[in-house]
Amino acid sequence: MGVISALGLDQQQFWQALARGESGIGPIPNDIGPVAEMGMNQVRFKNGAPVLGYDADTYFSRKTLSFMDRFAQFSVIAAREAVSMAGVEWTDELRESAAIITGSCMGGRFTEEIGYWELFHHGRHRVHPLTIPLGMSNAGASHISMEFGLHGPAYTISTACSSSAHAIGNALWMVRSGAAPLAIAGGSEAPLFLGGLKAWEAMRVVSPDTCRPFSANRSGMILGEGAAMLVIEPLERALARGVKPLAEIVGFGMSADACHVTQPSAEGAARAMRGALRDGRLAPEQIGYINAHGTATEANDRMEAAAIHDVFGVHTAALPVSSTKSMHGHTLGAAGAIEAVATILALRNGVLPPTANYTEADPECELDVIPNQSRVVQAEAALSQSFAFGGLNAVLAFRAWH
Amino acid sequence: MSETIQARVLRVIATTQRIPLEKVKPDSTFEELGIDSMDSINILFDLESEFDIEIKDEDAKKIRTIREMIDGVTYLVDSKQNPSAQTATE
Repeated sequence: MGVISALGLDQQQFWQALARGESGIGPIPNDIGPVAEMGMNQVRFKNGAPVLGYDADTYFSRKTLSFMDRFAQFSVIAAREAVSMAGVEWTDELRESAAIITGSCMGGRFTEEIGYWELFHHGRHRVHPLTIPLGMSNAGASHISMEFGLHGPAYTISTACSSSAHAIGNALWMVRSGAAPLAIAGGSEAPLFLGGLKAWEAMRVVSPDTCRPFSANRSGMILGEGAAMLVIEPLERALARGVKPLAEIVGFGMSADACHVTQPSAEGAARAMRGALRDGRLAPEQIGYINAHGTATEANDRMEAAAIHDVFGVHTAALPVSSTKSMHGHTLGAAGAIEAVATILALRNGVLPPTANYTEADPECELDVIPNQSRVVQAEAALSQSFAFGGLNAVLAFRAWH
Repeated sequence: MSETIQARVLRVIATTQRIPLEKVKPDSTFEELGIDSMDSINILFDLESEFDIEIKDEDAKKIRTIREMIDGVTYLVDSKQNPSAQTATE
């Protein structure tokens, strides 16, 4: 697994912050790409979960960088860490057949915006000739394929905030069915540019200060950026080559609300959760942790609490649920993957990450949200949940590996 | 005589919500007009343009009726025309 986020540039930093309940939320700096010139002072909210201390030149050559939007850079950085950690040894055969499935909601719109800025603000008559290849949402998958010389199936899924959960779920099914012997799957997002921030501002769902999921005084979501990638392979194959799996990915459930483009439905969420349990052959009582979608918007948190009660019934009282978005922000198309990594690390380390910034219980979100401090608990299995605008839901189930 | 603030608010609601103007009354509820939370945000956006005002998120969240929309817009328009009054009432 590899991850780059507001909590640090690698997995170790990510877990350290999660286990300590430290939040990466703070002011969005002006120097992320073209934002400086455009001016963050135009945006009503000031805070986000930006990747700080990131110097692209230490990861890529200048020439390579000229072909990569920020989101594609994050994809490759996370994939490099994942492949290195998994100790993958590329043979010709594996290069021919390994799959790459990435998720992204906005793709390279950061780059597109620079083009629009030139056209509409500076009144210029042309944009950069690489605007199209930098802007395309599949650029992450393409750059990963070129990084490792992989010639097998590679594609990108864009289902808003469920994108990378759908990507990982599809990778699970490809590997399980034998369609691919190994998959690199995850997601990436770099949404902290002026036009994107203004669009979120207009929806009135962004917090003026911080992200307090399930807390009665929550004030909305915090936008984050980053990427996470997993290496997924059959258990027997991993054991045969002598590596210790981080966790077993056992179930994937998806559903469509088919009711409203922004108002989520507990019924739709619950169907995806039940689907993941069924696919993973898990009884509800076996689930010892849920990494919630937990955006800290009123619409999501109450719906999600209702869905958890619906699926888990009396077991809900003994089921810790946290939203790590309180620390790494809502990374949209990368959220499913970053949160899958958080879930896997929770199972691997026997420590459940908390819901940070939690200050006030909400009677309509009656859950054990692991408030503010991580908890030493070895869960047997866990869910990671993603519920997207457009009503498209994806839930992944993992089992601890010992 | 120019259109009153109330009449302008009702017109914006009817146009944005795509419903006949005569259906939109100051005492209509959101439910009666089929206005959900996203519709409400759309209407507030159009009201901001119509009156050249800025409605804060925390105020927007509290609005549940047409009457509150009219009162809120009236307050913001008055405040814009007479900035000292806004300071006094805050």
